[in-house]
Amino acid sequence: MLLSGLPNFIESTMTLRLIFCLLLCATQSQGFADAVDAASATVKIAIAQEPPQLNSMKATDQVSIFVLGHVMEGLTRYDRRGNLAPGVAERWELEDQSATFWLRKDAKWSNGDPVTAHDFVFAWRNVVNPSTASEYAFILYPVKNAEAINQGELPISNLGITAIDDHTLSVVLERPTGYFINLTAFITTFPIQEKFYQSRRDSYAADAKDMIYNGAFTLTDWVHSASLNMRKNPMYWNADAIKLNAIDADYITADTRARLNLFIDGKIAYTQLDGETYKDALNNQFRIKKFVTGSVYFLEYNYRPNRLTRNQNLRKAIQAAFDPEEFVNKVLQTPGNLPGRSLFPTWVKGVNATFRQEFPATVNKPDLVRARALLEQAKAELNVENIPPLIMLVSDSPTSTKQAEYMQGMLKTRLGLDIKIDVQTFKQRLAKMTSGDFDIVGAGWGPDFDDIMTFGDLFASWNLNNRGRYNNPKYDRLVRVAMNSSDPTTRMTAMAGLQTILYDEAVLLPMYEQGVIYLQHPKLKGMRRTVLGSDPDFTYARIAP
Amino acid sequence: MSLERPLTEPDFSPAPGSAAAEQLTRPSLSFWQDAWRRLKSNTRAIISLYLIIGLAFFTLAGPLLWTQDPAAQDLDQISQAPALPKTARLVADYQPFTAPIVADHPSEPEDYPDELAAVAELSVLGAATTQSVKLIWAPVDQAGGYSIYRSERKPEGLLGLGLPLETVNAGNIVGFEDRLNLKSQPYYYSIVPTDGFDEFDVVTTIKVEPEQSITISQAVLQGLATPDDLPGQVIPLAFHPFGTDYLGRDILARLMQGARVSLFIGVVAPLIYVLFGVFYGGFAGYLGGKIDQILMRFADFVVALPFLLFMILFKIAFGIGPGESGVMPMLVALILLLWPATARLVRGQVLKIREQGYIEAARLLGGGSSYLILRHIIPNTMGVILVTLTFAVPSAIFTEAFLSFIGMGVAPPTPSWGSMCNEGVKTMLSHPHELFFPALFISITVLAFNLLGDGLTEALDSKMRTRDQ
Amino acid sequence: MLRYTLGRLLSGVITVWFIATATFLAMHAVPGDPLMNEKATTPEIRQNLSKKYGLDRPLPEQYVIFLSNMAQGDFGLSFTQQNRRVNDIIRDHFPVSAALGVLAIAFAAAGGILWGALTALYRNRLPDVIIMFLVILGISVPSFVFAALGQLALVNLNQWSGTSILPVAGWGTLSHMLVPSLVLGLGTMALLTRLMRSSMLEVVNEDYIKTAKAKGLSAPRIFFKHQLRNAILPVITVLGPQIAAITTGGFVVELVFAIPGLGRYFVQAVQQLDYTVIMGTTVFYGAFLVLMVIIVDIIYGFIDPRVRLK
Repeated sequence: MLLSGLPNFIESTMTLRLIFCLLLCATQSQGFADAVDAASATVKIAIAQEPPQLNSMKATDQVSIFVLGHVMEGLTRYDRRGNLAPGVAERWELEDQSATFWLRKDAKWSNGDPVTAHDFVFAWRNVVNPSTASEYAFILYPVKNAEAINQGELPISNLGITAIDDHTLSVVLERPTGYFINLTAFITTFPIQEKFYQSRRDSYAADAKDMIYNGAFTLTDWVHSASLNMRKNPMYWNADAIKLNAIDADYITADTRARLNLFIDGKIAYTQLDGETYKDALNNQFRIKKFVTGSVYFLEYNYRPNRLTRNQNLRKAIQAAFDPEEFVNKVLQTPGNLPGRSLFPTWVKGVNATFRQEFPATVNKPDLVRARALLEQAKAELNVENIPPLIMLVSDSPTSTKQAEYMQGMLKTRLGLDIKIDVQTFKQRLAKMTSGDFDIVGAGWGPDFDDIMTFGDLFASWNLNNRGRYNNPKYDRLVRVAMNSSDPTTRMTAMAGLQTILYDEAVLLPMYEQGVIYLQHPKLKGMRRTVLGSDPDFTYARIAP
Repeated sequence: MSLERPLTEPDFSPAPGSAAAEQLTRPSLSFWQDAWRRLKSNTRAIISLYLIIGLAFFTLAGPLLWTQDPAAQDLDQISQAPALPKTARLVADYQPFTAPIVADHPSEPEDYPDELAAVAELSVLGAATTQSVKLIWAPVDQAGGYSIYRSERKPEGLLGLGLPLETVNAGNIVGFEDRLNLKSQPYYYSIVPTDGFDEFDVVTTIKVEPEQSITISQAVLQGLATPDDLPGQVIPLAFHPFGTDYLGRDILARLMQGARVSLFIGVVAPLIYVLFGVFYGGFAGYLGGKIDQILMRFADFVVALPFLLFMILFKIAFGIGPGESGVMPMLVALILLLWPATARLVRGQVLKIREQGYIEAARLLGGGSSYLILRHIIPNTMGVILVTLTFAVPSAIFTEAFLSFIGMGVAPPTPSWGSMCNEGVKTMLSHPHELFFPALFISITVLAFNLLGDGLTEALDSKMRTRDQ
Repeated sequence: MLRYTLGRLLSGVITVWFIATATFLAMHAVPGDPLMNEKATTPEIRQNLSKKYGLDRPLPEQYVIFLSNMAQGDFGLSFTQQNRRVNDIIRDHFPVSAALGVLAIAFAAAGGILWGALTALYRNRLPDVIIMFLVILGISVPSFVFAALGQLALVNLNQWSGTSILPVAGWGTLSHMLVPSLVLGLGTMALLTRLMRSSMLEVVNEDYIKTAKAKGLSAPRIFFKHQLRNAILPVITVLGPQIAAITTGGFVVELVFAIPGLGRYFVQAVQQLDYTVIMGTTVFYGAFLVLMVIIVDIIYGFIDPRVRLK
């Protein structure tokens, strides 16, 4: 019966195609019309996942930071060039032991109430309160007693922050902190109105109606795992400068290819590409843009007792054999990634220019002869014929496994070193990192604030994120020098000292500084990519007609 | 019809008896013997037999004939499509390139220019090889920098410029080196002048085709050259008939190595758990009542358990060391968690069959439960059993890929067909061969068992047997 | 029948209880916990959090608390999305997955029965070979390939026609559901085709079919009234649990087509070791599955009167 109907079937599809073509002539070509609309100043985007936490005191992930950076504002913010600018605070004064902020009178919450200094006091106290268990509480440690309160040693009323009046905020510092103002742009320091918070308690930030907003936009609709809508906030003190009326995150998916398909289909105005999808984008003749995200990725070694990786010559052998340029060019394959040379990425500011310009990192030329000699020395010191296999702990994402396989192959071919790759799901990997059940682990670190300290104290012996438990009193001393001084030259020189130690002792193996490539709708202007804060930033975006 | 002749008395004498009338002219065949005989002459079964022999040969004898190391990373031939053997020119090891700076040209414009001229004299410095392509150009008046793009097809206008390789931030830097994943194919480099902040709408493009090259140290490491060889020679590169994957590993060698794991898991695991499921379902369906209930509820219990969680648990329980391949524990885990589907299907069939007349008859003749189940009921559920077996094969292969992906199963760099498919999917559109070959081999395996199943069905089914005679 | 159903429901409850217990134990046996995160926290903060969520109590006590909460239908708050109740998560996202799943099953059943019957009727002729080739392809190629290809086809379709015929991703209207549910149902469709084929082949040679033909019944009548009903039993057997699996397990399809379903919660909960969501989704899935199996068993009796469930 099917076979006999075949000619009819073909005929009917021909008719269908004819109808389609007629429709095609009759209707306007839609093309990109959906993604941006100049008349209503709307832009449509996709986000990678459902924001897990819109409580600014507790949020840690990229997507939540993205949303919060648009709907709320702290004492300071970033302007369209990426420099620190006044936010809720009109002006401020920073001294060695204190900081004072004068808040603007026209800063309002979306419910009409003014933003007051009390809102900051309430929020900061909650952040350091141990029962809040905020992962970013350490950001406020420069404030007096913050660390002690967070450890549970003092009550929260001892925090060095007071509201002198509704529009004046006074902060007492634990120690001279030259970069303190930079911290006030970070979401953890955003204000929270106590009255509203207490009215919502456990369900604060659970839905769009469970928050009030003081940023350039407000969150108007939130359908979990489906969509998120932001609208221009009429109460915002700088509403005149905001050109966009709406940001609609109509799609939530982590699949980069799906987002590329949405972009090609004209449904979203921006999407990030990765190593596989950029080739599909090339075929479509889109203008691809590039951006360095500011994060560094490296291999961490385990310094616990009885670990082979404690041996310095072994680490230096690996350092001498590894070619970050080959890694970036052949394995990562996307432009924008920079070969890893140091823990401190290229964008970090130094005294007058960037830190890496003033204190260049040693460019490591891969040298197999030297590497093999170092390996022989390591074998002699460890008293073994052959180094037993080292365990490299990676997460179960395809990119980490690919990078680990490259390292495994490279070290085997060049040094004869055996690596076993231990793939673990997220929590199991964290458990192993905490308990020290690895030799080498792939790690990365993104900046939290605009100062070198955000990378500087990573390998200090007291830092819990120092999973390998690296312990060097000289290193610790230099970190403390940089923490306790406010003179830029002193601090940068100390950091340069750290950079030298990190290289000479091969404390870590920097692999690359992350760069990304992305697509942007040609009519979308003013979208700002940034290393810090919510990235990308649509606050100053506009739609060209 | 009419009689040929009239009947006479001798016509009515009794016919002579003959011992030959009651002889067996053919040996008596039992059910299984008959089935075997029919299987041997069945076309589908024969095709499947050839396929299975082919796969076995590929797995066992293949690595002896094709001796490339499946883990060797040939970084000069990444993601290469299947091709004939290539050659490369030996070049000296890489030396860092410093971009030339024009001395008397300012690095920034004095004022914001409204227009900038297109870049002139864009050309390649030295030879363009897959190790590096060096571009130089003449400085543009009032420029504050230059952006360099690369595309694999000719850019139309200003949009399709391709990948943004680099933005040089000074007007007097007039050179750039590209080392990003170069292949020996035509590239179109485009350069756009900037004022230090924004790009201007004028573009200059040149076409460059880098020559396939390999550094001396890389060639020595791979055993393709000796340290005495001089740059400039042309040497043959390792041959990859099926192409290479994203790390330059030979796909044919990986398929052979992956065959061991995939075929072992993909054949042994289904055989075992389907067998178990058949007996479990058979007994449950026949015995019925409370026993059936308990057995089936246990099957439901196993299905409802969260798969990923229990796999992680098994991995720890079996004490697989980090980075080691846990094929046996994975086999056990697959068997423990995948049998219920077959059991349920077989039970359903048994519920229908046990009410048939011949079952009652056999029971009356004195058959016990086990005899009835094994000799009468299960052979009649063959159709369903063979279908589940066919589906179990790819299911086991892909579950194994998933398990290896989360760390339970084969550890990198050991490949398996399923994990090669996982990796190949990402570059499906740009490098389809990475997905095509493992999927092809999985398809062949599935086809082989499917045909075998069909052949077995035709051989064993008593109804079709009588029909074919 | 009523007594049978009640008995089954009771044993279903017991089964779900077993499922919950096994999962609870497995969850706690695996290293890691919901409180661990990329940014390390001080031991004091971890201690506080443990106390707040009751994770520092002895395991049997946690189990009893969980059981009593479950009996009241309360699965608690998610650990990863700290302001959402697990019940709300299931209530918000299950209908999406269910709608997608039902449409997928409809495609799969319609297609599977149709193609399966065709291959049996045209055995060893061209339709049989083509369909079986497609079935082999369908099960040899992983499902995420079909999802990616399906979406690509939509993109190309829209570009070719110049307008947006079908949405490439997202959720909200029927046109959002068509391609994703087709992709989701493909695997089941292949399985059902195969089952239907082998089942039909057995039935087609039965005596009662010959009788029906001899009686002079028309081919469609024989097909629908006799062949289909007798051959469909294995299909029904598979459909029940497949409905449960598809409506809760469409992880890949939901990811590629940006559909806010329950599938991703199943996977992410285990990855994040989000205890409450794991328990909630597992118990929910277990209950759903058990219910489907009960329905299937009851339907057996209606389809094939020879089947008697003791």
